[in-house]
Amino acid sequence: MSVYPYLVAAWLLGCGLYGIVTSRNYIHLTICLTVVQASTYVLLLSVGYVNGAQAPIYAGISERSVVVDPIVQALTLTDVVVEATVVALLLALILQANKRYGTTDPDRMTRMHDE
Amino acid sequence: MSQLAPLSVAIPLLVAALLTCAGAFLPRLAVDLIATLTALACFAMTLTLIIHVGSGLEVYWFGGWHVTHGVAVGIDFAVGPIGAGLATFISLLMVLALISSTRGLDVKHPYYQVLMLTFLAGMVGFCLSGDLFNMFVLFELMSISAVALVGYKVHERAALEGGLNFAVINTIGGFLFLLGIGLVYSRTGALNLAQIGHYLAHSGNDRVVMVAFALIASGLLIKAAVVPFHFWLADAYAVALTPVCLLLAGAMSELGLYGLGRIYFSAFEPALSGHTGTLRAIFVGIGLLTSLWGGLMALTEDHLKRLLAFVTIAFIGVFLTGLGLLSPDGVAGTAVYVLADGFGKALLFACAGMIQHRLGRLSQSRLHGRARSLRLIGALFLAGGLLIAALPPFGPFLGKSMIEDAAVKVGYGFVPPLIALSSALCGAAVLRAYACVFLGWGEAPGRADQTDEDTEPETTDSHDRTPLVQLIPAIVLLAGAIGVGVWFGFADLAETAATRFTDVHGYLVTVLAASGHPIPPAASSSPAWYDWLYCGGATVAAVAFAAAGVWGRRYLPWGCRLTDAASRVLAPLRRTHSGQIGDYTAALTLGVGVFGGLLALTLL
Amino acid sequence: MRGGHSRARLATAAVGLVLVVGGFAWAVTDLPAFGHYHHRYGAYLAQHSLPQRGATNSINVITFDYRGFDTLGEEFILFVAVVGVVVLLRRLRGEEDESDEDINESQPLASESLRWLGVASAAPLAVIGAYVVTHGQLTPGGGFQGGVILMAAVTIVFVGGEFMIMLRLRARAQFLEMGEALGAAGLAVLGFGGLIASGVFFENFIPHGHRGSLFSGGFLTIANLAVGIEVAGAILMVLAELLDQRLLTRPA
Repeated sequence: MSVYPYLVAAWLLGCGLYGIVTSRNYIHLTICLTVVQASTYVLLLSVGYVNGAQAPIYAGISERSVVVDPIVQALTLTDVVVEATVVALLLALILQANKRYGTTDPDRMTRMHDE
Repeated sequence: MSQLAPLSVAIPLLVAALLTCAGAFLPRLAVDLIATLTALACFAMTLTLIIHVGSGLEVYWFGGWHVTHGVAVGIDFAVGPIGAGLATFISLLMVLALISSTRGLDVKHPYYQVLMLTFLAGMVGFCLSGDLFNMFVLFELMSISAVALVGYKVHERAALEGGLNFAVINTIGGFLFLLGIGLVYSRTGALNLAQIGHYLAHSGNDRVVMVAFALIASGLLIKAAVVPFHFWLADAYAVALTPVCLLLAGAMSELGLYGLGRIYFSAFEPALSGHTGTLRAIFVGIGLLTSLWGGLMALTEDHLKRLLAFVTIAFIGVFLTGLGLLSPDGVAGTAVYVLADGFGKALLFACAGMIQHRLGRLSQSRLHGRARSLRLIGALFLAGGLLIAALPPFGPFLGKSMIEDAAVKVGYGFVPPLIALSSALCGAAVLRAYACVFLGWGEAPGRADQTDEDTEPETTDSHDRTPLVQLIPAIVLLAGAIGVGVWFGFADLAETAATRFTDVHGYLVTVLAASGHPIPPAASSSPAWYDWLYCGGATVAAVAFAAAGVWGRRYLPWGCRLTDAASRVLAPLRRTHSGQIGDYTAALTLGVGVFGGLLALTLL
Repeated sequence: MRGGHSRARLATAAVGLVLVVGGFAWAVTDLPAFGHYHHRYGAYLAQHSLPQRGATNSINVITFDYRGFDTLGEEFILFVAVVGVVVLLRRLRGEEDESDEDINESQPLASESLRWLGVASAAPLAVIGAYVVTHGQLTPGGGFQGGVILMAAVTIVFVGGEFMIMLRLRARAQFLEMGEALGAAGLAVLGFGGLIASGVFFENFIPHGHRGSLFSGGFLTIANLAVGIEVAGAILMVLAELLDQRLLTRPA
């Protein structure tokens, strides 16, 4: 039970990577990348949890109450912003690629050197 | 004086933001000037920083948050000689890259200059940072800027493919890095490298630490493009704008290795010190594999920039071998070699860019003999090729000899001949390209693909002359590559810097307890007789292989059969570079799994 | 060839995934149990953010004060991504615009109630967004979160079906860009302000005010504002660029 959230992170990592390897559509691939990112969020947030504690916002609660770790929440915030930016850039590249190749299938895009 | 560290990161960022606002109203020349001056200011600041730091370690705490009750509360920049030296080198490359893009490079200003400045800020910050999560943030800043710059030529299919592959693979690497940070944080509760090291010195090694190190190292090795994470590099470096290639080849790949070294020596060494032998074997093994793979692939490439990308991969392998020896001598040799070879590779990319400007194509088979009139560029290209084959007594020779000495000192006597072979292969590839393109001798190694050719040239200026702004940076780079070897005492400086870099206890004490920890200046030994032999031999072998490639088919009786057999052997290797992201990711997953598995075996 | 390629790829990936996921799972079984976080760094920051900075949202204090330099880097990552999207989706030679009449005709008509819902939600969302941004240091929220809500206030109009509004947005892209860049620059300038005022980069140099008041936390209010403007501007710019692509026609 106490290791379950971490295993969820491991499972998400595996699903995301599997999705990227077998993807037939670049937009699907980008979403699989966000699944891998989700595994990092789950890991970070689970690491900082304290049983029976409050959120680390002291408005209305006593200064001495037990709170969860605020650092991982700040780290996750940064992580979310990084994810959004990567997805934005990837989508821009995919849009242009779709215009040039006429497809979003990664396997169908010809590479620079054919065999 | 101590403010220079944050300013060297903050000033390019601020100027980038302001340029976005004002750039649409300013003429192109003004934007170029502002960007170049900012890079120059960054260079001046980092140069002053390294002179001021000397052999010491300067710690700068952001926001005034110093260590309280033994807890590192804020983020710090821990500036040592290796980090500051690398930052200086990167700033110099950026100045040269921006100068060479002033005249005629067909870019949308001010966005190109803005991206270059943020790229600079990310790289410089990464070199100076002493906090694990801060390194991740700057790693991502660097990667995002690089993705936009690599995929810049959106009208070309190859550029889009290169940009997509680069973006996806690097992002996966970034997330593996972040997973490792999560695990480390859970075990130690700290994000500061010194704090982590301090904690791990007491708690020692366990599953979590080992897997965290495997994940962090994988993320950085993906950025550094070692085998089997290297597939994206050839696609990406071949299609980027030339000034961007200067930086990518000269600096960005090496930063992955710098990060690995920094994190290992500051945070993980206290826990993993018992397993140095195994780690050394693993890193040296991967490094040698990478260097040979890169060298062999370079020989079979037709497209000039792709050839140089494989040369870059080969040299990353040699750098990893040097760093992986996990000794001050190895680190010193790697530092010198990174500098000298960085100049050399940037020089070759600059020459490729000039060829592209004058003749509009980069395929050896299409360029065959057409560059005969470009004598100066040819001379620079030839010089670059000989330098990277470690022609004594210049810069790359010095670096290589230091790595070889370090390897022999820890008992790895088989390393020098293998890295000599790798340099020979790379040198041969470049020399054969020189013969094919500039002299018209021999045949090209492969046939050109239709998609090799640019549909539009990179530059808009007249194609009859090479602009001075492209020529002068190339000459400066050549001077740098030569000068690093000829400057007496540089090896000693590198040795002292490396001693500081590998001094774990001193790092912990300086950062956490704010007390200085001076180290005595170290001296390095001058190259031994067998160094001259290996490097001279590598140069001779490079010329010989190149000559065999050029004339072998025609003049040697068994030449045809040999080259056919070689092609058949190398064909499967070439097929793995399929350009398809699914293949790359599968190889990446297997690589991470095997690397992690090897590391885990040391625990059981 | 195709089949062989895929089989090799799947086999490699299968082995790799078993090793990676298995190894990761093997490691996490050794972590402290879920819910038993006990380290000093987090506890120290949580306990000291209110007394030291007078702000009740300790996460916001960490984001902008204790670990403010990370946020500067993160904000510039967002900034670079927007510049990157602008660069990658730039107009190439030969791509032309559809005329405005064509655009209007080619869009499916949204129902009246949907359009009214979109327009009516804009103002409440803007107020909520402004509240979240300015009260970031007191209650959950902050610059990033509030900026996204502010962006939603504009986007919901588009989603509701009022396409012409977004066209006008696209025409004003330059102002969006400047706003976004100024937001990014603003955070950097705050860092310099700390440098000039107290000699340390990113030091919180503005007086802290009373706890629980709107201007507590020192420069947190300004930082939240700068980031809110930047995030809203950035996402709207990306939206404008993507819309631009939607409306481009290529010569046949």
